[in-house]
Amino acid sequence: MFRFTLRRILQIIPTVVVVALLIFVIFSVVPGTFAASLFADGKRAADPQMIARLNEEFGLNKPLMERFVAYVTDLAQFDLGTSFRTRQPVFDLINDRMWASLKLAIVAMVFALAVGVPLGFLAAMRPGSVLDTVTMIGAVSGLSMPQFWLGLLAMYLFALQLNWLPSFGYGNGSFQNLILPAVTLGVTPLALLARTTRAGVLDVLNADFIRTAHSKGMSEIKVVRWHVARNALVLIVTTVGLQFGSLIGQAVVIEKLFAWPGIGSLLVDSVAIRDIPVVQGTILVIVLWFLVINTAVDLIYAAIDPRIKQE
Amino acid sequence: MRLGFNFWLGAGLTALVIFAGVLAPWIAPFDPVLDADLMSSELPPDATFWFGTDAQGRDVYTRILFGAQISLTVGIVSQVINSIIGVTLGMTAGYWGGWWDDLVNGLTNVMLAIPSLIFALAVMAVLGPGLPSLLVALGLTNWSWTCRIARSSTLSLKSQGYVQAAQTLGYGDLRIMFTQILPNMMGPILVMATLGMGSAVLSEAALSFLGLGIQPPFPSWGSMLTDARQLIQLAPWVAIFPGLAIFLSVLGFNLLGDGLRDSLDPHMRTRSP
Amino acid sequence: MTAPLLDIKDLQLGVALGQSIHPLLKSVSFQIMPGEAYGLVGESGSGKSVTSLAVMGLLKKPLAVSSGKILFKGQDLLALPKREMRRLRGNRVAMIFQEPMTALNPLSTVGRQIAEMFVLHQGKSWREAKKLAVEALSNVRVPNPDRRAKSYPHQMSGGLRQRVMIAMALACNPDLLIADEPTTALDVTVQAEVLRLIKELCAERGTAVLFISHDLGVIASICQRVGVMYAGCLVEENETRALFDTPRHDYTRGLLGALPRLGSRSQHGRQRLVDIDSIIADRSKLTDTRFIAPRGTEGSQP
Repeated sequence: MFRFTLRRILQIIPTVVVVALLIFVIFSVVPGTFAASLFADGKRAADPQMIARLNEEFGLNKPLMERFVAYVTDLAQFDLGTSFRTRQPVFDLINDRMWASLKLAIVAMVFALAVGVPLGFLAAMRPGSVLDTVTMIGAVSGLSMPQFWLGLLAMYLFALQLNWLPSFGYGNGSFQNLILPAVTLGVTPLALLARTTRAGVLDVLNADFIRTAHSKGMSEIKVVRWHVARNALVLIVTTVGLQFGSLIGQAVVIEKLFAWPGIGSLLVDSVAIRDIPVVQGTILVIVLWFLVINTAVDLIYAAIDPRIKQE
Repeated sequence: MRLGFNFWLGAGLTALVIFAGVLAPWIAPFDPVLDADLMSSELPPDATFWFGTDAQGRDVYTRILFGAQISLTVGIVSQVINSIIGVTLGMTAGYWGGWWDDLVNGLTNVMLAIPSLIFALAVMAVLGPGLPSLLVALGLTNWSWTCRIARSSTLSLKSQGYVQAAQTLGYGDLRIMFTQILPNMMGPILVMATLGMGSAVLSEAALSFLGLGIQPPFPSWGSMLTDARQLIQLAPWVAIFPGLAIFLSVLGFNLLGDGLRDSLDPHMRTRSP
Repeated sequence: MTAPLLDIKDLQLGVALGQSIHPLLKSVSFQIMPGEAYGLVGESGSGKSVTSLAVMGLLKKPLAVSSGKILFKGQDLLALPKREMRRLRGNRVAMIFQEPMTALNPLSTVGRQIAEMFVLHQGKSWREAKKLAVEALSNVRVPNPDRRAKSYPHQMSGGLRQRVMIAMALACNPDLLIADEPTTALDVTVQAEVLRLIKELCAERGTAVLFISHDLGVIASICQRVGVMYAGCLVEENETRALFDTPRHDYTRGLLGALPRLGSRSQHGRQRLVDIDSIIADRSKLTDTRFIAPRGTEGSQP
């Protein structure tokens, strides 16, 4: 198990390196335009002197290779560069906002798990029942729903009409401010979890070893507790890992909608003003988080399923 | 091949979107951009303005009809690009194996490590807003799953008798790939593309909502929602109808894709009656 | 004469299709005495497996018993409340299945899966149960039972897994063991070992066996009496020896003819493997007849 863990953790490194490289390449295809577009706000023409000064300051005039070397050396020292706009270190900007994002993502996923998994389970236990039908219709709808629209409607209903919850903002970290964005963000993974849990449990229920369990004289509840739950968990864990990626992506939109001070809204704002160092840094950090979570998921998976460690 | 109720519901919704998009110039009562009139702004739905009017006094119904054009274009073009990239890489990787396979695999893993909306955002940041950038961004985003499927189908098809027969007959690699392998994996690829259309439409809506996709005044369903946050209390219809349009069209693509998958692969079918 | 352990009377069951029940078993009756090994033979689809599942009370939804009785020690299992049935299942009547690959939970150690029996039926703690599980493994002659109890099914060969299944089934010393094609999925050499194991252990403990197979040879090596099933009917029943010597039914003769025999070569110096023209005709056309209608008798001349 130890060697497996170590290997999985070490596997993150090359992926991060390649992602960093990819990001650098993407943002270097159109060299030199950033400084110009940074000042082009559509109202007045960019001042060539300011462009020149910015190019000078950030070394954007240097050859590509040189910039690449500088980028990599900085990265190795956990230096993500300096913001074009605020002149603050990107690392600090991200560090200020990362925890709010993590809080949102984790609460959203916990909500999705707490509702989606039991729903899928119950649906699978009684296939064809009213609960099953409603759950499956709900799941396919949840997967087709633009989350920010759902958030918008929830905001309208619960914040503006009923006045139960604050409509946006961080509210100094109060739980009430967290509810609307987290629930909205959790809807898609909830729908997918309900669906995969149902499919997984149905698969397990049809397995031969469940018939064996029944032939031992086990009650329905014990069959579920001793044999179905663990086997279905494998699929649930995999789904959670995969869903985290799209959850992080969607979080960008939800943070923006609810004015949540996370790295998602930082990313969107920076893209809008083309503050490239911030964009690069934020994406890198998001990818890193995603990889860490996926590795954790793989390790949990291996702990549940003894067949994994063998290979 | 038995197609269930869900498939036909999906096909119906999809047909509705295509119908709206193609016929928009003829059936829309107003012009989506030019018929702005501040005198008639934020009117609730009535006989003239079926879905009400927005802050600039434009007819929401008209703009939704034209918005279908953008959603369809984005959905179809991005999935064509995705499928071409995914199939080309996956099929050649599976067929040739070796270092090329390793390289493609590595690239696929890297792409899977970047959440797709984030990747699309990055591309939009480089290319700037607008429809062409959106097509590129979403076309480059979701090919990894297609690539995986193409690769594994190729691996299993490669050992089939007729492919080996073609090899023995001295057919070229490319000819075998395109005449023997590709036609046999069109099913799953088509399913991926159909489901991908749904997520592309959702991504387009999200990007446009953030102000990074289709720019106003052009009528994209996502960008129509951008102002809705400010307007929602005064004019909820401005928020409701474009969102409903996104929801129903994505639902259509998803049901269509699920239905296709179930009919192609009975194993995937859920076992309830 | 002692009372039978299992007495199946006029058992009819079928697939429920809407209102009507499409029959699979048409009035099957047979008895098994305490300690006796009884074989049910027949081709796939003849109804042997459903019969055994009906005894276990494990028929799944579209399948349902329509009439008849299954008396176990005088108690009608079909009328037994669910809880009572559960107490019986695994404890007094145990079952081994055909597929040792999939019949065990891949995510649980085999020790735990055997231990479940002691926890369920003897109220033991997990700790005691695990010890008993190791004992049960050594009873089925698994080498290194201590270590094996901690392995997972995927770490074991098919033969070992089937031994685990036997250990599990015999854990609570049942009165009746149902073995549904327990050796079909195994290698021939392993097959013989597993058969010997079942035979010896059951003889030792006086456990009656209901042995189901499509292979008359296997049945003959283990059972005292045999029932032949064909298209949902028990067409013939006899002592094993007598059945081999004087088969009465066409289908039995066909089955016996299909057995390859050493030394019985035909005049061309080559033995011809005989098969029965084995397409079960449309069941609905078979009505209630106990005879083979549209089939050849011996060999496969259509």
